[in-house]
Amino acid sequence: MLLLECPWCGPRSEEEFSCGGEGHIVRPLNPDELDDAAWGDYVFMRRNAKGVHFERWRHAHGCGRWFNVARSTVSHEILAVYRVGDDKPKVAP
Amino acid sequence: MANYSIFALARNALQRHRNWPQAWRSPQPRASYDAVIVGGGGHGLATAYYLAKLHGMRNIAVLEKGWIGGGNTGRNTTIVRSNYLNPESAAIYDHALKLWEGLSQELNFNVMFSQRGVINLAHDEGEARELRRRIYANQLAGVDAEWVTPTQLGELCPILNLDPNMRYPVLGGTLQRRAGTARHDAVAWGYARGADRLGVHIIENCEVTGLIIRDGRVEGVHTNRGEIRTPKIGVVAAGHSSVLAAMAGIRLPLDSHPLQALVSEPIKPVMPTVIMSNKVHAYMSQSDKGELVIGAGIDPYNSYAQRGSLPVIEETIRAVVELYPITSRLKMMRQWAGIVDICPDASPIISATPVDGLYFNCGWGTGGFKATPGSGHLFAHTLAKDAAHAINAPFALERFYSGALVAEHGAAAVAH
Amino acid sequence: MSGRTAEGGRIDRTQRLKFQFDSETMFGYPGDTLASALLANGVRVVGRSFKYHRPRGLMAAGGEEPNGLVRLRRGGRAEPNVRATDILLYDGLLAESQNRWPSLKFDLGALNDRLSPLFPAGFYYKTFMWPASLWPTYEAVIRRMAGLGRAAESPDPDHYDKQYAHCDVLVVGGGPAGLAAAQWAGRTGARVILADEGAEFGGALLGNGQRIDGGAGMDWVTGVVAELGEADNVRLLPRTTAVGYYDHNALVMLQRVADHLARPEPGQPRQRLWQVRASQVILASGALERPLVLSNNDRPGVMGAGAAQTYVNRYGVRPGRRAVLFTNNDSAYPAALDLAQAGVDIAAVVELRPTAPLGWLSRLDEQGIEVLADRAVVAVEGRGAVKAVQIGKLNQARDGAIRGMGRRIECDLLCFSGGWTPSLHLFSQSGAKLDWNAAMGCFLPGDAVQAVRVVGAANGDFALQDCLDQGAHAGNFAANQAGQRRRGRGPRTPVADAGPDLTAPLPIWSIPGGGRGQGCGKAFVDFQSDVTAADLRLAAREGYRSIEHVKRYTTTGMGTDQGRTSNINALGIVAEALAVDVPQVGHTTFRPPFAPVTFGALAGRRIGGLLDPVRRTPMHTWHQANGAAFEPVGQWLRPYFYPRDNETMAEAVDREVLAARSSLGLMDASTLGKIDIQGPDAAEFLNRIYTNGWKGLAVGGCRYGLMLGEDGMIFDDGVTSRLGPEHFHMTTTTGNAARVLDWLESWLQTEWPELAVYCTSCTEQWAVASLCGPNARRLMAALCPELDLSPEAFPAMTWQAAKVAGFETRIFRIGFTGELSFEINVPAGHGPALWQAIMAAGEKYAITPYGTEAMHVLRAEVGFIIVGQETDGTVTPHDLGLGRMVSGKKDFLGKRSLSRADTSRPDRPQLVGLLADDPAIRVPEGAQLIAGANPAPPQVGIGHVTSSYYSPTLGRGFALGLLQGGHGRHGEAVHIAYDGNAVRAVVTPPRFVDVGERAK
Repeated sequence: MLLLECPWCGPRSEEEFSCGGEGHIVRPLNPDELDDAAWGDYVFMRRNAKGVHFERWRHAHGCGRWFNVARSTVSHEILAVYRVGDDKPKVAP
Repeated sequence: MANYSIFALARNALQRHRNWPQAWRSPQPRASYDAVIVGGGGHGLATAYYLAKLHGMRNIAVLEKGWIGGGNTGRNTTIVRSNYLNPESAAIYDHALKLWEGLSQELNFNVMFSQRGVINLAHDEGEARELRRRIYANQLAGVDAEWVTPTQLGELCPILNLDPNMRYPVLGGTLQRRAGTARHDAVAWGYARGADRLGVHIIENCEVTGLIIRDGRVEGVHTNRGEIRTPKIGVVAAGHSSVLAAMAGIRLPLDSHPLQALVSEPIKPVMPTVIMSNKVHAYMSQSDKGELVIGAGIDPYNSYAQRGSLPVIEETIRAVVELYPITSRLKMMRQWAGIVDICPDASPIISATPVDGLYFNCGWGTGGFKATPGSGHLFAHTLAKDAAHAINAPFALERFYSGALVAEHGAAAVAH
Repeated sequence: MSGRTAEGGRIDRTQRLKFQFDSETMFGYPGDTLASALLANGVRVVGRSFKYHRPRGLMAAGGEEPNGLVRLRRGGRAEPNVRATDILLYDGLLAESQNRWPSLKFDLGALNDRLSPLFPAGFYYKTFMWPASLWPTYEAVIRRMAGLGRAAESPDPDHYDKQYAHCDVLVVGGGPAGLAAAQWAGRTGARVILADEGAEFGGALLGNGQRIDGGAGMDWVTGVVAELGEADNVRLLPRTTAVGYYDHNALVMLQRVADHLARPEPGQPRQRLWQVRASQVILASGALERPLVLSNNDRPGVMGAGAAQTYVNRYGVRPGRRAVLFTNNDSAYPAALDLAQAGVDIAAVVELRPTAPLGWLSRLDEQGIEVLADRAVVAVEGRGAVKAVQIGKLNQARDGAIRGMGRRIECDLLCFSGGWTPSLHLFSQSGAKLDWNAAMGCFLPGDAVQAVRVVGAANGDFALQDCLDQGAHAGNFAANQAGQRRRGRGPRTPVADAGPDLTAPLPIWSIPGGGRGQGCGKAFVDFQSDVTAADLRLAAREGYRSIEHVKRYTTTGMGTDQGRTSNINALGIVAEALAVDVPQVGHTTFRPPFAPVTFGALAGRRIGGLLDPVRRTPMHTWHQANGAAFEPVGQWLRPYFYPRDNETMAEAVDREVLAARSSLGLMDASTLGKIDIQGPDAAEFLNRIYTNGWKGLAVGGCRYGLMLGEDGMIFDDGVTSRLGPEHFHMTTTTGNAARVLDWLESWLQTEWPELAVYCTSCTEQWAVASLCGPNARRLMAALCPELDLSPEAFPAMTWQAAKVAGFETRIFRIGFTGELSFEINVPAGHGPALWQAIMAAGEKYAITPYGTEAMHVLRAEVGFIIVGQETDGTVTPHDLGLGRMVSGKKDFLGKRSLSRADTSRPDRPQLVGLLADDPAIRVPEGAQLIAGANPAPPQVGIGHVTSSYYSPTLGRGFALGLLQGGHGRHGEAVHIAYDGNAVRAVVTPPRFVDVGERAK
């Protein structure tokens, strides 16, 4: 029962959001030039970090905006909330 | 070496049960082993057991960071079935089911495998179509599967709500009679005892902190109890697989999520079978102790915290009360979560890796318990022969590059 | 006779309440619990134990009671496993004992107790294995023996509410510490919630008679509760148990709104589930008295000293006539005094410690109560009730009794006090660790990981003054932390009347059996799960070293009380057996809920008709009035078919299909997902989303599109139309509408923020009437006479804005049946009127409304696929023969996956038509395709049937299927396998009906 701070709407309960999984996965600009392995890495392989996890959330039952969260997957502590396109913040777990 | 039996119980009763031996010992780790299994859950212990029993590898160890069976083995809802859609899946799960059928005798440890049948409900025409497809596929694969009508469902489970006016009425379902439940902890203990008797070292409170890899080959592991050398490592760490993979610089197609579950207080028997519903999302059985054992869904976010959360449970209980109206005044006694390793195609990975000697058995997601004996059996083969068994060949990591996925989202019956 | 005291207690003696226990009528008073009333009526045995079916009596006065579980009420309101100590007595209450047959007095299951040497912990893992075929029989017996109470026989007539709240300070526990905390936090102006599981606030003060500020402790409680009750910023929640402590200071509490009544008042919920998000939490959850583990310590009449004290003080009930108290700490002394005061004959206080606390000794002396220091109760005599206890002196190691030092005292009540266990379940659930305190023999709170502090007895501070001080300080501090800058003003901290100083307890985990005869009886640790000290030692001996293993092997701590009274003793015993310190054994995880939570309360109101929203189209009422059968599609209800007279479904569907093919059919297509897409980059965006090209689509044009996931598999399809240069109208499948919008948004917002595109769902803004059939153009001409409907002016796959029957509409020349089609979109509010206008105008063409089933037949006859039926997440456009829709010129989502080694195999399952040799056969959908003619297992199929119908147009059954390499197998024969049959069929192209020129 997380409490997430939507950058546009403020703190809201977990149930208002949908979780989009690992963030900062950049779609290759040149898919046709990738081999199967490189493409498969992009589509399927994940860090699935234990500790700080940079992930995407969408305020689905609110403003509808996507944003990024740095969250501990061990304690569930929210370490940072930042906008799409921002760099990963430096956070300590 | 005491064999378990009613006679042994009687004999020991006369000695006031003072002379039972340890079910498994607690050895100090050796400096090296022929193979090391990382993860002392059911799958890992079964792997060790079959390595020792069938492949003659006795100088091996199972390293468990906590207590054996303390992960998903001890946190699941104990359902065993094999009615999966794809032939590759039906083969691997039915391989396991056949081993379940003789497991108590094989291990001389009663794992209480109870073939009370598993039912999957259909609540709309789309679901019914998918379930029928599974039945026909299972029939072809030799896996028992039959369609049951609402009337038959009423006989199989009198407390099931068959009101045609409910929000999503029950149109029928599939039944696999050979499916059922087992006592989850007993599976870990039984395999541990069996492996221990064959000389396997089961080392608890031993956490792997790093892998020793040189020139693309594994040479051992670092642990909180020192370095252990070995040419072969089988990682069976479920939700923690990605953590172990990262030690080898590998990423896996896995996300770790908490899978929520709960039990009611113990009551006298009301639920003679196992019923799963996808649309009205809940699955439920009743343990031999009398608790209703209820599987919910996964929390939507990645997590390694085995923490119960409420939103998923609330949804599930709504479904339970809807499907079984007499449960409204029963009470949730305990809730918990296990960390499951969800794979994009909802199928497992039993595979070699780019690192020689390093193997992974993971990705079982929400349904690993049922596969325990088969998974261990096949992984042992893969480790011993350095080659996949025909049954687990389709489950290699390679499929995420070639595209030959084994899509089982429908059969997993958990909303992911 | 035990029973009521002459006066005193917090009961209303002016009013008698009648109740029944096991059909026997008894009486009690308002203020009683069922437990206190049973005791007052002389009931000793309240239940039978789980495994051995031993007679059991009440051991506690609160929520930790392990034995007194009853089945309350009857019929749909019956509730099993309710603790008698939690039930407030009401007039007409019905309760019955559990887990006994045929009766509580004579229970056949008690045979288990005799056979118990065969049933040590985990015996079932060691037997019932031979012969394997008998296991189901064994299991059936085990199942019947196990379980506690019986569930209700019929659905629950009551309802449940949920409430969500935010506050600055949530105080859990309304004893002295919690009340002080709430009072001081409340005075700062902070929003405070105070919850207590009892009906009355006061906690331990309700039962122990301690004094504050020179008056009765309960007078202070009354004053504080009155102050809090008047404060607008404080919410008092009695009868409310905090059951779960989740992430980010979210707590869940169960309020028993009407459980103290025979049935809820009209409109009143039975219970309410609170979900509270608190800035700060104060846990004043108190402590529980531990039993002492000794031989036959489960006999009815063995009770906690604190519980006995509560029964006399709070309920005016004497739990026995002649009592022995056995203690290792100070708290039994005031209990002895209160019991004596209430008229219980105190035979002795047996003190385990070498010396009794001097401060108390003199007070007991005054009352003539004997204190036997350095002694232990080593056995309890009696079966259905305590008859006597045996007292001995323990040796130095306290693992045996010294011979010849024994003494026997007759009594009917043994009150134990094995020390106090701080109630830290919630604190542990919050994620914090607990620290072992060896001197006190209990866990204390470790460092908090959420915004929470623990005060009072829960913090291991048992002196009343400490509770008051800590509570007040914590309340003030928490309010400040939550942002209240104001300091709490008010009188000084209350002062508790000084009593003798607390002296250190002597933790002990089990008392060695030293008595004769019954001295070697079972020493219970977990009463509810029937786990003895011997069971725990056996588990340790057998190598179950972790406390989690011990718990699971012996089932200790796994009952409905979650081991509240047993956990610490179990840990201690296992640690001793393994010869390690307690912390090395660890402690089991405290899992929510702290107390069992009713399913109904977790479900709340959203069951039955409110389980899931029902979505209906604007024309729903018309469909209903015209006899439609409905089919759920996602949350939508769609007309399935419209039976006339006594038509079967098949007859109705045939009629509807033929009408559409021969004249005119009308379908409600309002459920199709619709997304309005605007922006200068809209066409570029669609180019990336769909497999085909979109930039060349002219304004006024419509185009069919396929969407793939990045894995290359089809995930949705639909027709999208260009409304303007920067404006598109997208349609999606009914079930996927929300998911498609999410998909579009996720790419726009996170990957392609440079694209200026705006997506808006408009599914419910438009009603859609889909008209099709050879007479469609004639009807349209009648409905919109000013529009040029010629194929040249209004060709297929274009759209126009026009008035239809007077309504402003968008007409799309698209359809799903192959016939000449017009899909008329009208603002939703006009849907019914438009629909009726079309129906009226179409009468002369015998216009026929058709449902989803006829639509399926129609579309399959012409080979249109349905996402989710022909596709299942593993199908590519090429597999469906739609390779022409895959652009080679541009990139789009999922494109790269199509060229992967497996995805580009030529022998993938591909869409084909299937015609069985026997035209009468309609093979079941999902049936498997096999290469040979023998369906016998095991074999691997070569495909499956995705759709199968009877075509009234063709007068035969036909099917679509996915067949390996199917595109190259037209004309070949395969067999369709199902239920042991193998039906021969010919592979055809997936198109059966040719509509020819008439669809133009």
